[in-house]
Amino acid sequence: MILQLITSFIAAATFCILFNAPKRALLQCGTAGMVGWVVYLLLDERWDTVIATFFATVVVGVVSQMFARSFKMPVIIFSVGGIIPLVPGGLAYDAMRKFVEKDYIDAVQIATQALLLSGAIATGLVLSEVLGQSIRRKSR
Amino acid sequence: MESTGSDSNQSSFNTSATTSPSSTYEIIDLCLLAGKIMLQSGAETYRVEDTMTRMAASLGCPGAHSYVTPTVIMFATSRTEPAKLFRIAERTTDLQKVSEVNDISRRLSQQLITAEEARVRLGTVDDAAHAYPVWQQIVAAALTGACFTVMFKGSLWDALPALLVSGLGYAAVIYLHRLVQIRFFAEFSASFLIGMLTFFSVKYGIGQEMDKIIIGSVMPLVPGLLITNAVRDLMAGHLVSGLSKGADAFLTAFAIGTGIGLVLSLL
Repeated sequence: MILQLITSFIAAATFCILFNAPKRALLQCGTAGMVGWVVYLLLDERWDTVIATFFATVVVGVVSQMFARSFKMPVIIFSVGGIIPLVPGGLAYDAMRKFVEKDYIDAVQIATQALLLSGAIATGLVLSEVLGQSIRRKSR
Repeated sequence: MESTGSDSNQSSFNTSATTSPSSTYEIIDLCLLAGKIMLQSGAETYRVEDTMTRMAASLGCPGAHSYVTPTVIMFATSRTEPAKLFRIAERTTDLQKVSEVNDISRRLSQQLITAEEARVRLGTVDDAAHAYPVWQQIVAAALTGACFTVMFKGSLWDALPALLVSGLGYAAVIYLHRLVQIRFFAEFSASFLIGMLTFFSVKYGIGQEMDKIIIGSVMPLVPGLLITNAVRDLMAGHLVSGLSKGADAFLTAFAIGTGIGLVLSLL
């Protein structure tokens, strides 16, 4: 588990370097990624992957909004770092590989799962944005 | 990249009609520049449209419209004005630029800076290079690959070959993309290289599980974020953007899958 914590932190932070995130935001990006991955791992044991991804993304969104407010940077910087470990890039690749290997049934199955997962991430981000907006409106 | 040239000529015709601090053409030019930088840096569609209309409103054009897809920006300051368009050829993800343009547009709408200052600052943002030198990007990609190998339940022994393979793979993409302008081929050849290197590292006993090393190593290349953005655009009602981003993501995944698949079928 500690190994997973460390690797997800490094993976999210270094991925943000590839996306040219500002240097002072890298630590927060890594933290957002780590939090999301931990929530995902904990929920994935009990529930379906899609549901686990959804809730992990909501947590990532909330954390990113907190970071964005306190460091005065747009939310997208932190949320991108946060969802990096969750996005189904590996699955998309896997699906394509199955297609190339003529294993069409597995390919369609994996591709559908990748689509569902990205839908869950998108919904989670939108939901956390809506939550953040309504909280901000109330506090004013 | 030529948005300013013709606009500044045309604005000289317009001098008699202006009462506002900046003419309509200058407003259009400024908004298009901001939109162009954001779209090229991979901002979400709604954010680009929102920033452009907001900037136009703060400069005295409250009824401005913008329509943005991954390859084109269309912008009109009012219903009767003809729309201007701008073609976008190259897209990357550059969070630094997104955040800076966001900042400039916020200051502009709070009247903290003038339109002229905003233009100068947007120009510097537009010209800025990637903040991290190439070797740092390659090291970052290498670390990403190694970490993802561990995260996907690979062993620590597999992280070492993944470190090397993903770094070399990412370097291959960067240099091949400079060589050939078509991204599909750069990604295809880089993933072919990743597949070959992984195969040899397993064959000579440096790595153990080929699958885990490959999947970790291709992570810096795969379009996970693009898929998520595509679905998000679709949900927000930006149907054209969503579908074209989805097609873009599909092509990238296809390139990587084919590259690795070719290695597996050859060996």
